Order: sequence, then structure tokens, then C-alpha cells
Amino acid sequence: MKKHVSRIYMAIVFFFLYSPIAIMAIFSFNASKSRTVWTGFTLDWYAKLFHNETIINSLGVTIIVAVIASVISTILGTAAAIGIFNMKKKTRGMVMYFTYLPLLNPEIVTGVSLMLLFVFAGMEMSFVTLTLAHISFCVPYVILNVLPKLRQMDMSLCEAAMDLGCSQRGVFGKVVLPEIMPGVLTGFLMSITYSIDDFVISYFTHGANSQNLSVTIYSMTRKKVNPEINALSTIIFLVVLTVLLVMNITDSRRQKKLREGVAAA
Amino acid sequence: MKKTVCLLIVLMLLLTAFGVYLYKWKSPAPPDEETEEGEEIELSYSDSVDWDKFRDQGISINVYNWGEYISVNEGGDEFDTNEEFEKLTGINVNYSTFATNEELYAKLKGGGTKYDLIIPSDYMISRMINEGMLEKLDLSEIPNVKYMDKSIDSSYDPTGEYSVPYMWGVVGIIYNTTLVDEEDDLATWDILWDTKYAGSILMFSSPRDAFGIAEKKLGYSYNTEDPDELAAAAQLLKEQKPLVQAYVADEVFDKMGGGEAALAVYYAGDAITMIDDNPDLDFIVPREGTNIYTDAMCIPKGAPNKEAAEMYINFMCETKVALANCGYTNYSTPHTEAFRYLDEDTQNSYSYPDEETRAKGEVYTALSDQASKQLEEHWTDIMSSGNSNPVTVIIFIVACIAAIVFINVYKRNKKKRIELEEVELR
Repeated sequence: MKKHVSRIYMAIVFFFLYSPIAIMAIFSFNASKSRTVWTGFTLDWYAKLFHNETIINSLGVTIIVAVIASVISTILGTAAAIGIFNMKKKTRGMVMYFTYLPLLNPEIVTGVSLMLLFVFAGMEMSFVTLTLAHISFCVPYVILNVLPKLRQMDMSLCEAAMDLGCSQRGVFGKVVLPEIMPGVLTGFLMSITYSIDDFVISYFTHGANSQNLSVTIYSMTRKKVNPEINALSTIIFLVVLTVLLVMNITDSRRQKKLREGVAAA
Repeated sequence: MKKTVCLLIVLMLLLTAFGVYLYKWKSPAPPDEETEEGEEIELSYSDSVDWDKFRDQGISINVYNWGEYISVNEGGDEFDTNEEFEKLTGINVNYSTFATNEELYAKLKGGGTKYDLIIPSDYMISRMINEGMLEKLDLSEIPNVKYMDKSIDSSYDPTGEYSVPYMWGVVGIIYNTTLVDEEDDLATWDILWDTKYAGSILMFSSPRDAFGIAEKKLGYSYNTEDPDELAAAAQLLKEQKPLVQAYVADEVFDKMGGGEAALAVYYAGDAITMIDDNPDLDFIVPREGTNIYTDAMCIPKGAPNKEAAEMYINFMCETKVALANCGYTNYSTPHTEAFRYLDEDTQNSYSYPDEETRAKGEVYTALSDQASKQLEEHWTDIMSSGNSNPVTVIIFIVACIAAIVFINVYKRNKKKRIELEEVELR
């Protein structure tokens, strides 16, 4: 009985989580532009999607900005995390406070203030300002992911390496970096996600030839959001799903191998 | 392990981005579809201006238009406006889109972006003219302006020096024939106040449009600034609120398409789109008069490439281009030549109302700051009326504070208890 209840509960949770996506995917195959009436099956929207230059261009902008911004913010964030970790307690607290601030700050405030800053600095809104804005909100995520890894790290490892004649640079490359790598990677992935996701900040900082996907979709709302967007979102969802599946499968295989190895030994 | 996944993701993203740019290089060959419609109209570009004037100078113009408001080629043999312009003139088009007039205004006021061509609506154009945000057009560079229908009210730009119309249309009532009583008189705004249709009326979510309907019902002008008239309209909207199912923008497509509401107010061009989806729907323009809106092309002050932008306007006013764009959007074209090429059904459709409707129609002009502020205040009042009374809000806030205090006290007590236990243990 208890088992049934918990199963039903889980089903309900998954239903609420995934039914919007399912509906979106279903209506990407709908013959008419309607989002409520099913009129027949078609793959037209998928074909049209790849020919719609406005959508494809903004997809390109979104992806390129995401990659550049997350690479740069990963480098900056990792360096910053190591610096913060080695600070005295008081300064560390203060700097951490400033790191949290952009995360807690409403996005709209960040967006408007970045826009004002760029205007004040005489910069024209463009690809560059968009990327800079994205870097600025990605860096804190990297710092927050790397810092715990640094805390977990055994400091005596570094000391041992130095005792054995490793240079300071060597310690960083051979001991510190491999230890904090999982944190760095998580930070990187989160940066990509948040960058692709962002609307509010991009809205204020995009230029005439650097409109990203979220802003383009928003601008369609006066007439009607094109079903091509359903098609695009479905593709993105499937790509993410495949990556997750591949990750899980290889992960479980590796663990199995490890266990077998242990058993054999 | 995670590393490989990361690499995979980055690789995939880069590949996609690369693909996107590769795609831009090789434009797809149009598929050889036979022309189904027997009389395919072959139109060529006029030689009204020297299209090659800016070729090979590396000029690009920034065009800022409404989303989904221009003909694009989506794999068939449709007309791709921007691509054709680039081919014809060698000028590169950076095309971006906005959703509301206010958004466009904010983007221009905020600075930081230089646009060469914008397409605002009537009242925004008159506001921008008043604030000196628009450049005067050199009409000798835009000879195609001669095709524009002079009978469409253009009081938003009285001298006609600042804008060239792109599309126009009327507001009316869209109704579901299966859900309304045929006996009822639908050609009046009063129907939106009929208690019979309580819960199945959709109203505009933008204050200016919603007020406009109430003002017309009362027989006022759309552009009234009289505080009493505004208050009367607000009172009327408040009375209507219990009958309204929802205040909508583009949700109207789904709600009417799915038969969820009987009556809605929206634009004629979009009504045609909806009727295509749901043949039960029909459209009517109330006899009290309605809003005639125009979206027109303007050049903002400080545009880097004014002459190239004027060439773009002239291009948009080519018969072939105007025809393609009005075909794509379903809105009404102000281009008299293009109108002649439309098939008869379209010419007689709701998009092109008769003289009488047009004569009774009225365009929006900019309201004074005071009047817009009053309108906004009334609107906020209408929207918040009946929903939440201050008592519930206060109770809610008090409950929140109580919860926070309780949690903090609980935590502190727990901490104390643990400390005490530790002391006892020692």
C-alpha cells in the first residue's frame, strides 16, 4: 500500500515536471500554427527552422556567447577562488559577501546597471557587451563551485609536493588543479547553462547584430510565437537528454568496472 | 569522465555554431517546385533609385522591427526580404526584433545602440517626433513613397516628413459563431459589456487599447486627455472586469483558436490568421468607430547610415516587396500598387475595411505626460480592484514575519539545548 502511494506521488511529480515539455514537443509536430488545436502531423516546422535566418542567427549568437563567456569566467573564477581561499579570514568574508551579491541581486538591477555602465563608458551595445555581461554573472557561479573543492583539499598534499622539490607552479598544475577539477567543470557547465538561459540581462545589453535566442523569442509575442520555436526547444531538450543519458551510462559502466577490479584483486 | 562529457558538450556547441555560420555561407538552392497558381506574377524592381550606389563599400544597416513582421524564406520559395535587399544593393542588414513600442523607445532612449531604421506604431512616432528623436527623411531618395495610400489617416506625422507607412489595420471584435447568439447585435462595443457573455470575453492587456474601447463606447475620442472622460472610461472598464475571462495579448490566438472564449478584441490581420485555424470564428468592426493603427518606417536621430536606410525604405516600398510582406503578415498594406495585385478575396477581406469604417476610424496620437500618467493609474486601479483587499495582504505579511521569528527562536533554543547537553556531558 505504502509502496503504491509513493509511486503515485512520484508519478504526479514527474507529470508536473515533464508535461509542459511533452506538450511543447507534441505541438512542434502540429500541422497548423495553433498551440491548442491538433490539426495533423507534420515535420514542416523542423524544416523551416533551419531556414529561418532570424532564429538561426540568434541561436548562433547564444551558443558563441555561452562558450566564450563560460570559458573566460571559468578561468577568472578559478583564479579568484584560489585567491579568496588564501586570504585572511576577515578579507575573505568580505570578498565572499561581494561574490554572493550578484547572485542575490535581482537580474533586472544587474541588467539595467550594466547597460548604464556600458553607455557611460561610451561603448556601443554589441556582441562584446553581451559577452562581458554574461561573464560578469557567470564568474560567481564558478567561484562558488571551486571554493568547496579547495576546502576539501588536503593542504599537506601541496606541502608534500613542495618537500619533494616541486616548484610552486608545478604544485598548482599537478596537485591543486587535478584536486579541484570537478568543481571547475561543474562551474563551467553551470556557466554555460545560465548563459544560454539568460533573458533579462541580455535584454538590456544586446546590440543590433547580437540578439540572442531568448530575446528573439520574446519579440515574437506580439504576433504569435512561431511553432519553429517549439521545434528548436524540442531539439535542445533532446540534445541535453542524450548528453545526460550518455553521461549516466558511461558512469555506471565505469563504476561496474571498478567494482569488478576490486573484486578481482 | 566528467571531462569527456564537458568536452563533448563544448564540441557539440561549437559544431552547431560552426554549422550556423556555414549555413549562412551557402544559401540553400530553392527547390524546383512548379508554380501551382496559374497566374504567377513576375514583378521586377523599379529603377527608381540607383540600387548599386553603396555596393562594395562594406556598409551595414541596423534594422529594428517587430518580431515576425517581415517576409522570410523558410525553405520554400517565399520571398526573403533582407536577403533580397542584400543581393540587390550589397548593403548588409543587421536585423533585430522587439515586442512592444515601449521596448523600442527604452532601447533608443537608453543609448548604446545605433539603429538606422525602426518601425514604431503611430502614437510612438508622434511621441518620438515631439521629443526630437527622429530624423527628417529625404523623400527625394524614396521615390516609391508615391505609391502610399494617402487616404489612410496619418495625423501621427502631420507633415509626413518623418515616416513612411509599412502596414496598417483596424481593431475589431473576433467572435465564435457557435458560441454567440446570432440574434445579438455584434457590431457594437456594447456587446463586450453584455452580461450574457460573462466569463467568455477577452480584452486587450495593454491599457491604451483597453481604454480606447471604453472611450469609443462612450463616444469620446481615442486621444482624449480630459480627466473626467478618462475617469468615466475607467469606471466602465471596472464594471466590465467581472465579465472578462482574461486580459490578453497573443494568448488570444490560442484561446479563440481553441474555442475557449466567445468574444475577443484584436487586430484584423491576426483575425484572418485565427479564422484560418478555426473556421468557426468571424470578425466584425463595431459601428461606433474603431482604432486604425499604422506601423511606419522611421530613421532615428544619429543613424550612422541614413542614406542606406532610406534606400531600405524605398526597397520596402517596391511593389514586389510590399506584396510579399503583406502576404506573410496578413496585415493591410498601404501600398496602392501592391493592393491591386492582391486577389479579390483578400481585397475584400477584413484587412481592407470599407470607406465608412475607415472614415469613422481614428489613429492614436501621443498623449500628454499627465494624461498617460492618469491612464496608467486608472489601469492599475482597475487591475487591482476586487482581487486582493489590503487586509489579506497585511495578514499575509504578518504571517510571514511570525514564521521567520518562530524559526529563529526555534533554532536558537535548539542550539542552547545542544550546548547545555554538551556541558552536561563534560
